[in-house]
Amino acid sequence: MSADFLSQGLALSIPELILAAGAMVLLMVGVFVPADRANATVTGLAVALLIAALGWMLFIGGRGEAFAGAFVQDGFAVFMKALTLIGSVVALAMSVGFARAEKFDRFEFPVLIVLATLGMLLMVSANSLLTLYMGLELQSLALYVVAAINRDSVRSTEAGLKYFVLGALSSGMMLYGISLIYGFTGHVGFAEIAAALTGGERSIGVLFGLVFLIAGLAFKISAVPFHMWTPDVYEGAPTPVTAFFAAAPKMAAMAMFVRVVMDAFAPVTADWRQIVVFIAIASMLLGAFAAIGQRNIKRLMAYSSIGHMGYALVGLAAGTLVGVKGVMLYMAIYLVMTLGTFAFILAMRRKDEGNVENIDDLAGLSATNPVMATVLTIMMFSLAGIPPLAGFWAKWYVFLAAIEAGLYPLAIIGVLASVVGAYYYLRIIKLMWFDESVGGFLPVAAELRLVMGVSGLFVLGYVLIGGPIAATAEAAARTLF
Amino acid sequence: MAVRLRHRALARWRPGREIGEAIMISGLGAAFFYLFAFVAVGSAFMVIAARNPVHSVLYLILTFFNAAALFLLTGAEFLAMILLVVYVGAVAVLFLFVVMMLDVDFASMKRGALEYAPIGAVVGIILAAELLIVLAGAAFDVEKPAQTALPAPNPVVRHNTAALGDILYTDYIFFFQIAGIVLLVAMIGAIVLTLRPQRAGVKRQNMSQQVARTPETAIDVVDVETGKGI
Repeated sequence: MSADFLSQGLALSIPELILAAGAMVLLMVGVFVPADRANATVTGLAVALLIAALGWMLFIGGRGEAFAGAFVQDGFAVFMKALTLIGSVVALAMSVGFARAEKFDRFEFPVLIVLATLGMLLMVSANSLLTLYMGLELQSLALYVVAAINRDSVRSTEAGLKYFVLGALSSGMMLYGISLIYGFTGHVGFAEIAAALTGGERSIGVLFGLVFLIAGLAFKISAVPFHMWTPDVYEGAPTPVTAFFAAAPKMAAMAMFVRVVMDAFAPVTADWRQIVVFIAIASMLLGAFAAIGQRNIKRLMAYSSIGHMGYALVGLAAGTLVGVKGVMLYMAIYLVMTLGTFAFILAMRRKDEGNVENIDDLAGLSATNPVMATVLTIMMFSLAGIPPLAGFWAKWYVFLAAIEAGLYPLAIIGVLASVVGAYYYLRIIKLMWFDESVGGFLPVAAELRLVMGVSGLFVLGYVLIGGPIAATAEAAARTLF
Repeated sequence: MAVRLRHRALARWRPGREIGEAIMISGLGAAFFYLFAFVAVGSAFMVIAARNPVHSVLYLILTFFNAAALFLLTGAEFLAMILLVVYVGAVAVLFLFVVMMLDVDFASMKRGALEYAPIGAVVGIILAAELLIVLAGAAFDVEKPAQTALPAPNPVVRHNTAALGDILYTDYIFFFQIAGIVLLVAMIGAIVLTLRPQRAGVKRQNMSQQVARTPETAIDVVDVETGKGI
């Protein structure tokens, strides 16, 4: 081993090193700070760590491959990692108020979030099946614990256990697929797998492995038919944890999905496209129809996220530069919308009941908290895809890619599903503005106000600032081709 | 250094190059292979079929032993020993503790599982049939270079423990470190989910108090009148 091998690898993975070493330091800090201040102190330091990693990656860190091709830091990775880190930072910052109010104040929570984020960064940077699996397990293990972190609540424990059992099953399927792919191509590196698949005819064994691999990936982005865990985990986990689940892991898993199929399996695009088309259609339809009957807003957001993953996959199904750019922009816009909505859900506090989660609790909100009602209205219009809000442009990018690739039925079904899905978003708006008031919420904490304000402005102003973002995404997507 | 270079050459091996050669097992080796393989599969089945959970764990240990023997047959003695030390020595024994200490009613759990057995069997059989159809045609095609086993380092030149160590801490340092962090997360997780801050009303052992006791503080001599009691 040459010194270059190590030094180059370490130089490229400094954001990851910051998180790994930082998490260990935070553990010690948590032990030595007095217990009543431990959670707030460690959360603050964890946010600082994540921002340091983000800053280093964006402004100082280099680009390239390291560790014999196992780790790659290209434009695509940087873009998706930035989204992941932003999701983690915001979710962590939003957890402070909840932690204080609900006595949910373990200092291990921010440490586990940092370690989960480290796993996500590795997933995004994975350039071989080995890295992919290690990153995925690191992330998943931390997420299982975080889902069950409120041990005294039966629902939280159930959510953690359910997530763990189903997650272990999906990891098993994925590993089996990986072993088949390794057996039939002789490689685990993405570039080598692509090389082995070009030229000579593809063997059916590789495709079999690919199906299992996609099943595991679909579980992680909660796409139909591997979505069953999502509503239960979203509902059962403490709300800040749900906000985190809805934001950061989705970014990383989708990035991993895109890189696997666009990099390693580019030579067999026609084969995986039919699977992705099916998953996309099933997710969009289920997301649209199953959400209609939900009364719990966290459950509703779970079905909404299943639907949105379906829309993002429409862009991936195209398998083109425009398609990948569409997926990236979709994920970016979805991140902002979901964080804004969860900031609102965290702010749904009443004096005597604590946090409430039912949609009926929103009735007549426009009379008592008009600003909150306006922000949620903007978010819901955007999630429904009403122009000129950001959510419309997200759908526009992916459907455009699908049409350019000749996938007309997919685009048409997607548009129809979004019309059906608009019903439940609009119902919330109707409840807030036209129904009798059932009482207002407590004043909103400053950090939640900030998140709601920024995401509301982003969604409203995307028409104006969308151009440079789309250009950045396109430049980043180019590194995959 | 020569050994390392040779190893590098192995790492860069691509299917289609002349190093790869199918390993055929025959004779005594084959007999042992089938013995261990059948016992492993049979005892793995007994793990889920046995009525008594303690028997299940014992069958699991038998499975591990046979898997270790299969590793030995392919010349991977380090992996075989690790399997015994880690899985039999630590994991299976821990299982045994858990099974014996937790009073889980496995019989009623099995009854619930039986309800789903028919549908499970149907799905399993379909999946197995599909696997056979897919893999039978392709996997046994020895002509294809991708299906041949990678050459193992010659144990006379390089011991396989040493060969593993060579690349584990160099080429694979990245994965090795991530594995370490995964274990750290497992450790934090176990503590977060089980360690409770001290609750009121729980009596705990206090060593210094116990040691400080003397006959004077521990024993009360009372003069009891007959027929009165204390």
